[in-house]
Amino acid sequence: MQSFNYVKPASLADAAAALSGADDGTVLAGGQTLLPTMKARLAAPSDVVDLGGIAELKGISVSGGTVTIGAMTRHADVAGSADVKGAIPALAALAGGIGDQAVRNRGTMGGSVANNDPAADYPAAVLGLGATVKTTSREIAADDFFTGMFETALAEGEIVTSISFPQPEKAAYAKFPNPASRYAMVGVFVAKTASGVRVAVTGAGNGGVFRVPAYEAALSANFSPDAIADGVVSAADMNSDLHADAEYRAHLVGVMARRAVAAAAG
Amino acid sequence: MSKTHVTCTVNGEETEFLCDSNQTVLDVLREDLGLTGSKEGCGSGDCGACSVLVDGRLVCSCLMFGSEAEGTSITTIEGIADGENLHPVQSQFLKHAALQCGFCTPGLIVATKALLDANPSPTDEEARYWLAGNLCRCTGYDKIMNAVHAAAAELRGESA
Amino acid sequence: MNDSVAGIGARVLRREDFRFIKGRGKYVDDMVLPRQTYAAIVRSPHAHATINSIDSSAASAMPGVVKILTATDFEAFGGVPCGWLVNSQNGDPMVEPKHPILAEGKVRHVGDPIAVVIANTRGQARDAADAVEVDYSALPAVVSMRQAIDNPPAAVHDDAANNVCYDWAIGDKAEVDAAFASAAHVTRLEFTNNRVSPNAMEPRCAIGDYDTSNGDYTLYTTSQNPHVIRLLMGAFVLSIPEHKLRVYSPDVGGGFGSKIYHYAEEAIVTVAAKVLGRPVKWTSDRTEAFISDAHGRDHVTTAELAMDADGKFLGLRCDTLANMGAYLSTFAPCVPTYLHATLLAGQYKTPLIYCNVKAVFTNTVPVDAYRGAGRPEATYLLERVIDKAAREMKLDPAEIRRRNFIQPEDFPYQTPVALVYDIGDYEATLAAALKASDWDGFAARKAEAKSRGKLRGIGLSCYIEACGIAPSAVVGSLGARAGLYEAATIRVNPTGSISVLTGSHSHGQGHETTFAQVVAEQLGQPIDNIDIVHGDTARIPFGMGTYGSRSIAVGGTAIVKAVDKIIAKGKKIAAHLMEASADDVVFENGMFKVAGTDKEIDFGSVALTAYVPHNYPLDEIEPGLEETAFYDPANFTFPAGSYVCEVEIDPETGVVEVCSMHASDDFGEIINPMIVEGQVHGGLVQGIGQALLEQAVYDDNGQLLTASYNDYTMPRADDMPNFTVDHQITACTHNPLGVKGCGEAGAIGSPPAVINAIVDALGEYGVEHIEMPATPRKVWRAIHSAKN
Repeated sequence: MQSFNYVKPASLADAAAALSGADDGTVLAGGQTLLPTMKARLAAPSDVVDLGGIAELKGISVSGGTVTIGAMTRHADVAGSADVKGAIPALAALAGGIGDQAVRNRGTMGGSVANNDPAADYPAAVLGLGATVKTTSREIAADDFFTGMFETALAEGEIVTSISFPQPEKAAYAKFPNPASRYAMVGVFVAKTASGVRVAVTGAGNGGVFRVPAYEAALSANFSPDAIADGVVSAADMNSDLHADAEYRAHLVGVMARRAVAAAAG
Repeated sequence: MSKTHVTCTVNGEETEFLCDSNQTVLDVLREDLGLTGSKEGCGSGDCGACSVLVDGRLVCSCLMFGSEAEGTSITTIEGIADGENLHPVQSQFLKHAALQCGFCTPGLIVATKALLDANPSPTDEEARYWLAGNLCRCTGYDKIMNAVHAAAAELRGESA
Repeated sequence: MNDSVAGIGARVLRREDFRFIKGRGKYVDDMVLPRQTYAAIVRSPHAHATINSIDSSAASAMPGVVKILTATDFEAFGGVPCGWLVNSQNGDPMVEPKHPILAEGKVRHVGDPIAVVIANTRGQARDAADAVEVDYSALPAVVSMRQAIDNPPAAVHDDAANNVCYDWAIGDKAEVDAAFASAAHVTRLEFTNNRVSPNAMEPRCAIGDYDTSNGDYTLYTTSQNPHVIRLLMGAFVLSIPEHKLRVYSPDVGGGFGSKIYHYAEEAIVTVAAKVLGRPVKWTSDRTEAFISDAHGRDHVTTAELAMDADGKFLGLRCDTLANMGAYLSTFAPCVPTYLHATLLAGQYKTPLIYCNVKAVFTNTVPVDAYRGAGRPEATYLLERVIDKAAREMKLDPAEIRRRNFIQPEDFPYQTPVALVYDIGDYEATLAAALKASDWDGFAARKAEAKSRGKLRGIGLSCYIEACGIAPSAVVGSLGARAGLYEAATIRVNPTGSISVLTGSHSHGQGHETTFAQVVAEQLGQPIDNIDIVHGDTARIPFGMGTYGSRSIAVGGTAIVKAVDKIIAKGKKIAAHLMEASADDVVFENGMFKVAGTDKEIDFGSVALTAYVPHNYPLDEIEPGLEETAFYDPANFTFPAGSYVCEVEIDPETGVVEVCSMHASDDFGEIINPMIVEGQVHGGLVQGIGQALLEQAVYDDNGQLLTASYNDYTMPRADDMPNFTVDHQITACTHNPLGVKGCGEAGAIGSPPAVINAIVDALGEYGVEHIEMPATPRKVWRAIHSAKN
């Protein structure tokens, strides 16, 4: 890993200034992906801006049917939050299934969402719940936020500050972990909301997290596993690697979707 | 690049060090503080041999910059026992032969302490899930699980 | 057992653990020598390429860089040697290409070392290693063994025609073919024994040090056998005589075979330390470990079993391609031949066996012994083809094995593949395993699982292994370039404390406890008075090290022999002190006694007298009480057992859960049951890992796709169940402790038990075989294909 300037600003304004003043600055938001990436020399930033000292990025609040989670909130804190468990238990459960305990104690929601790893869990919840991503400059709807593998709508220097999740009527996340990495090989988040059913899939698609309109339509009519018993997503859009080929992933999307619906309905 | 001056608590003692930006907490512990009990098994946060507690929470010290340690309280394997009195997790690992080559053991003991601090009565499934971040290539985990449950019982004040 | 001294059979707590649980183990990477430098190695990103040029000018100018070495700096030295010569059927010796310390004009696998950057810090060395510019011309990569032989895209080595290292065979093919011609039934199975990466949790590490005042070298290294490294590296690579080279392996964090071999990095740091006049440390990172530690297994095999109408085995015919990787690692050639084909009798009276093994060079990491080494491959072959035969002949899997077992009265039993089994009772371990696993009650569990939508299966495997390697004369005749005895010295100190210097090396096995128990028992001394010293060529006379489950059978016997000499000398001293004849002195529970009298003298007094010989038979014996023994075994030992595994499969996802695994083993006599259980558990998980999770995967270009824990699936705590184990005992007939060894059994017996259970569970789909690792994708694919 190459040396860099380490900066730990106390405010978002200072963080933004540090980033804009850097040749090749990057944000440190837990570091559970950034450090391995830098160690593997896949990233060699000139400046690392640690968001860990910015109080306004931390914390969980619930009001008016919306759960708002600060970008620097650790996965373990989401998993253990009574507020989250009360309002959106599926989100707390998802957070409790990310990586391992050490990752959950360091990794943050903002870091995960901004990185948009195609096998990360959080993007499925953000998209599946139709959340809103708040940044230093604007609010971005989940449907507009994830733009491809490791790609998001975030502009250069724009920092995620919090994410607001509308409370669904029912929701569940079913994950088939990659046996080696424990990332999602297929993860399906299903939510029944006032405005209809949303189904978001992570880990499987060759373009990152995606929704399944056919499932959503079928489940809006009948929120039960049977409604999507025959629904198969196209293998053509699936990722393929040594752990799972596209056809198997497509099959698992259906299985995990049905299990998520069963869990949510139950 | 200039070094960062860090003040933190390590195993109960206030500690200061200067670290390069690219040094991890594990590097600082092993190279600068002479605390070699924490091990590097992968460097990518996947094996848990470097497990330490930071402010009471289980962390892979290989995935935390030394600079991030400012103001924290770090507990390593060297700080788990109370002087010469073994922590129940240590004594139960010993009693149950829950280790062989010893390389992953410091991390597993730290991770087990973190587990039992958070959950005094883990089920076998909960304990195995919590410890899934700590690889052991020698024991097959069987005797580790026996030690974990025995330590939990001892910490709960039950006779083992 | 003498309880007061924590002797043989006692569950003595592991003495080494007292330091490990406090984080006070001392591993090589924990050591920091004054003025130490750090080496980073520039490795090939190509599987196969010529090196046009190496430009290290930019790297040399980087901060902290002290020295950069390339192949030209090693011209005076030899290559990394191979320790075993195997001859082809036609009598030709195997093709043995040079394995240079650093690549000489050509790289042959991803990870092949090219240059060494030495700097003041580890980070500086790695940064500068990145800046070394190597210009390559890529060549086609040889990856698939079948392709390497039949349609080679390239030659890994110019002198290996069709990339074949050797073409070896055992058995009379004509006789075996005749047996097949007359058979009532032939079962055939083609399979791959998957390539795995050893993954000891401690990455390899080596520190070279050179003392300019006297010309002495020290190599600190993560080795299972420091004396072997001293011999191989000193004599064959660097021409450093033994008395000028100390090799020290302190605490070592697991080996599983991967730390037997002499690796280039050991020679590199040793040479570099002299060049620099400063210590040089190299520590592998995990990805380096994946691309530089010897891998294991990797056989492609066809097996055929001929039977009569009753399921009696008439003959076994096998054809194996064994991957050697790019170079011959230390023991690689013997693994698929003398540690594999010679085990193909298993526990059975198969009268005729033929096995052809072609060893193949590919552009992959060298392959060598990994926990079990050849014996897991043999067991998998046999136990899978027998299981398939039982299914085809509609025989119970236990029954077909029983019908063919070698019976207790048959021992010593000469197999058709060279080995002579001294003793065993295969019915006993089978019966114990079937009972413990409630084999007869399986149908109810299967039905219950079905009610939950799960497919439940049960699988049996009966293994044998040859351990305690080995009689030197035998292995010498088979091509070993070393003897395989073991050495031990018992040093009784003046006040009666005892230092045991052993050539066996402990890196998880618990020798500091087990060996001490043996000595405590024999000398009747408290275990706390006994120290086990291992791992240091400066302190220990000699040793061949730890592998092949040989430590207790060979190293332990050497200790016993040395103790015998101590007792013999002690009797003479005691006889003198008690004014009796030495022939009348007996030694019991730590006391020398004159038989038939009440005269006695304790061990400590005899020891003190030996060192303060005021009243001493100096005309007959020397002062002092220290004895050394070298023990060369008369035969291999033959641990054996039966394993039963139950699995449940989720037919929707293909996920296999191991519900239970029972291991019934016969390891002969057992010194410390607690340690033995742990050895079995660890082996089981490595075997289950191979069966379900682990595989080193290369793509067609020879890139290793599984070079981190994000892609290589390691068994984790939540992947595994708890296990049940039991021990049946037939004592080994040719060593004084009656021991056989237990280190590898779990990894040998478990893979076929798991796969047999999966095939059983998938029986309703007509699945006859599934390749390891039986990942969810493969299992689902098998079900899905059957459905369609």
